[in-house]
Amino acid sequence: MNRVRAFGAFLYDFVIGDDWRIAAGVVVALIVTAVAGAWWILPAFVAVMLGVSVWSVAGSDGS
Amino acid sequence: MTGTEWGLAVSVFLACAVESVEALTIVLAVGTTRSWRSTFIGVGVALVALAAITAALGPALTALPLNVLRVVVGGLLLIFGLQWVRKAILRATGLKSMHDEEEIFERQRQSAAGAGGVGEGFDPYSFTIAFKGVLLEGLEVVFIVLTFGANQHDVPLAAVAAGIAVAAVVLAGVAVSAPLARVPENTLKFVVGVMLTSFGIFWGAEGAGAHWPGDEAALLVVVPCVLAFALLNVALIRRRTPSREQVHA
Repeated sequence: MNRVRAFGAFLYDFVIGDDWRIAAGVVVALIVTAVAGAWWILPAFVAVMLGVSVWSVAGSDGS
Repeated sequence: MTGTEWGLAVSVFLACAVESVEALTIVLAVGTTRSWRSTFIGVGVALVALAAITAALGPALTALPLNVLRVVVGGLLLIFGLQWVRKAILRATGLKSMHDEEEIFERQRQSAAGAGGVGEGFDPYSFTIAFKGVLLEGLEVVFIVLTFGANQHDVPLAAVAAGIAVAAVVLAGVAVSAPLARVPENTLKFVVGVMLTSFGIFWGAEGAGAHWPGDEAALLVVVPCVLAFALLNVALIRRRTPSREQVHA
């Protein structure tokens, strides 16, 4: 059981990483792109997701 | 070679070089401290396991319909790429400590030295650490080669680029017999993250049914835009926190 848990933790770290919002945002962005069929949706989502992710760390740093 | 092929080769080369530096640091630390023989056995078994995984996954991946492959691989590359860019931005702005190969080498060396005596025969500690290090970093190399290669219908080119990267890092590591601390790892990770993110954006959108203006030439705009956006964030965060030194995130 411990090995299964360790493998799950490895898989989570490998795929999801430090910020789960990035993985969730990518899935949502791909679904929206598939529905709307517009090329600019994915870059727009990427800009927002990356900005939110790094600025939440910069903001929480308290400086 | 075409521009896209160069992009594929350079991206795979840089990504695999970074992973190889990390694996080599672990192997050198445990090998110099414990048993080279057991370490090499661990490396060998890990390479056999990687070959088996590649043989099992490769054909399955290339058999998928192109659009399904592109949306799945594009999504995964985008997630990996954004994680790399995020970490590189945080390191460049001092919000996360640098990945210090010398420190990792020393930490691994000390824990290897403190793991009990080494007998004459097989050393399970050296074997396990070398096996795990090479397998985990190698899995990332395999993933990069298969996904980039399958997407561009050129797995051999991706495999050659990865092979050159691994050989170059191993030769450099053997030559200096020390961690490759002088490799500007954060800069490399920044570049690789930008490339993975850009290819992820392009393939993900294509796989989801969107059509890029200019087709593959759009990558020539996407890559600089992702790079510029990442650098803009570094500049803005640095301006906001000018006096900050390295702080652990």
